[in-house]
Amino acid sequence: MHKFSFSRKQLAIPYAIYLLCFVVAPLIVLIYYAFTNSNGEFTVSHLITFFSDPNTLGTLWYSLAVAIVTTLVCLLLAYPTAYILAKSNISGKSALLMVFIMPMWINFSLRITALKEILSLLEGNLAYYPFLNAVIGMTYDFLPFMILPIFNTISKLDDSLIEASRDLGADEFQAFLKVTLPLSIPGIISGVAMVFLPAMTNYVVLDMLYNSTYIMGSLIGSYFAAYDWHGGSMIALILLVLICVFTLLTRGGEEEGAGRGGVLL
Amino acid sequence: MKKSLKVIFMALVLTFIYAPVLILAVYSFTSATQIGAIRAFSLKNYVTLFTTEELRNMIIGTLILALVSAVLSTILGTIGAIGSFYSKRGMNSFIGTANQIPVVNADVVTGFSICILLVIVLGVDKESYLPLLIGHMTLCAPFVYLSVIPKLKQMDPSIYEAALDLGATPFTALFKVVIPQIYSGILSGFSLAITLSLDDYFIATYTKPATFDTISTYVVNATKGAQTRIKTALWALSTVIFLVVVLIVIISNLRAMKAENVERRGVA
Repeated sequence: MHKFSFSRKQLAIPYAIYLLCFVVAPLIVLIYYAFTNSNGEFTVSHLITFFSDPNTLGTLWYSLAVAIVTTLVCLLLAYPTAYILAKSNISGKSALLMVFIMPMWINFSLRITALKEILSLLEGNLAYYPFLNAVIGMTYDFLPFMILPIFNTISKLDDSLIEASRDLGADEFQAFLKVTLPLSIPGIISGVAMVFLPAMTNYVVLDMLYNSTYIMGSLIGSYFAAYDWHGGSMIALILLVLICVFTLLTRGGEEEGAGRGGVLL
Repeated sequence: MKKSLKVIFMALVLTFIYAPVLILAVYSFTSATQIGAIRAFSLKNYVTLFTTEELRNMIIGTLILALVSAVLSTILGTIGAIGSFYSKRGMNSFIGTANQIPVVNADVVTGFSICILLVIVLGVDKESYLPLLIGHMTLCAPFVYLSVIPKLKQMDPSIYEAALDLGATPFTALFKVVIPQIYSGILSGFSLAITLSLDDYFIATYTKPATFDTISTYVVNATKGAQTRIKTALWALSTVIFLVVVLIVIISNLRAMKAENVERRGVA
């Protein structure tokens, strides 16, 4: 009689099945829906609509603009912060870092509520500055995700390289530009990867700031609200392609794609 | 760089990060309904927060969802990590790749695609909470997997072999040898899962029952014109969560410092 024997690799089966059912299958269904109409017939009309409608195309450019500006602002704030933190001599460096990244454990919707109250006080009517508010909101939400990977990279840098460059005649600024900055690029890349994609898709930040402008994520939300699964699937698919391209481009980052996990852990 | 310049820059960044939450915290203790208005001290927001049934249900619901989905995804992700670590290359690379999809994917896309498959194609009722639970497990389990795998790689494989040689069944050896060695990875995966579930908005929106709200979905809807009473009670909620986070960070930092000290003394 064949006796059931336990071996460790059998443990892979439940998770493999789970991934197949709830990660791979949904994407296959998504592709199927994106290329069919409500009668189940094959069609590319959703694709053509997206790339011929000035509104949806405008949304694509707008969300790219929001994402690029947000990423740049985050980088400009996060790099000096991470650099100063990593280079400081004080003993409680990790505790100080904690102070800068702690907000990311507070529920984002409550943080954005707080930001909204302050911005309304400063600006009066939030609707007048949609782009500015989008960038401020996203920066406020994602800044810790940029600080942490850059901090990790800079604090692991070998100081003797910088000393060597100084010995060889570089001044402080040259040493930074030619040694520290190039060596911290992996941290910058993972920071960019963590900020850019959410900034294209996290449309609730905009919604909560009374923003009537649309980013790519908002399109999925509006198709969902209109029960248009086919149109929504096409937007999701286009986003998925953008995400794939972007992930391939930023694969050189640290943490080897652990993404949010690498930062949160 | 000048030292004073550094201090000013850091202070500005900290102001940007903390001013909104702290100002809201101050106003949560007054009867003001708008930031900027000066009103007397009042605890009414906190009374509203803890006595309004709708708010209480929403908070408890969020916590239960986070706990259940974190426990289930920790089990699923850990078993998956152990299994794939000892599997042949094909299986290992399938799991590794598929596991990466929800990690890099936008939550909007993950939530929407799970909704399409479960609710639209298979007709699962959202009211059964099943789509919501599966959605959150799909979000969390990959991160548990990612935090367990490095611990498995660090493990000395000969200890497991030794346990087998000494007569342990593979099953016992797994529980007595493997699990204790990867325990810290399982634990950080679990806390990561809790955090992700608590912070999620998109997956919940696309998969939750109509009458159920998590903190995120509730707050987002409340900003679109809720009663003032609820709006200011949420300021109190924000303050409570802020204090809880501060407390957890302080406690875990003290613990880490203690452990470090013990280690250092051990070395010396």
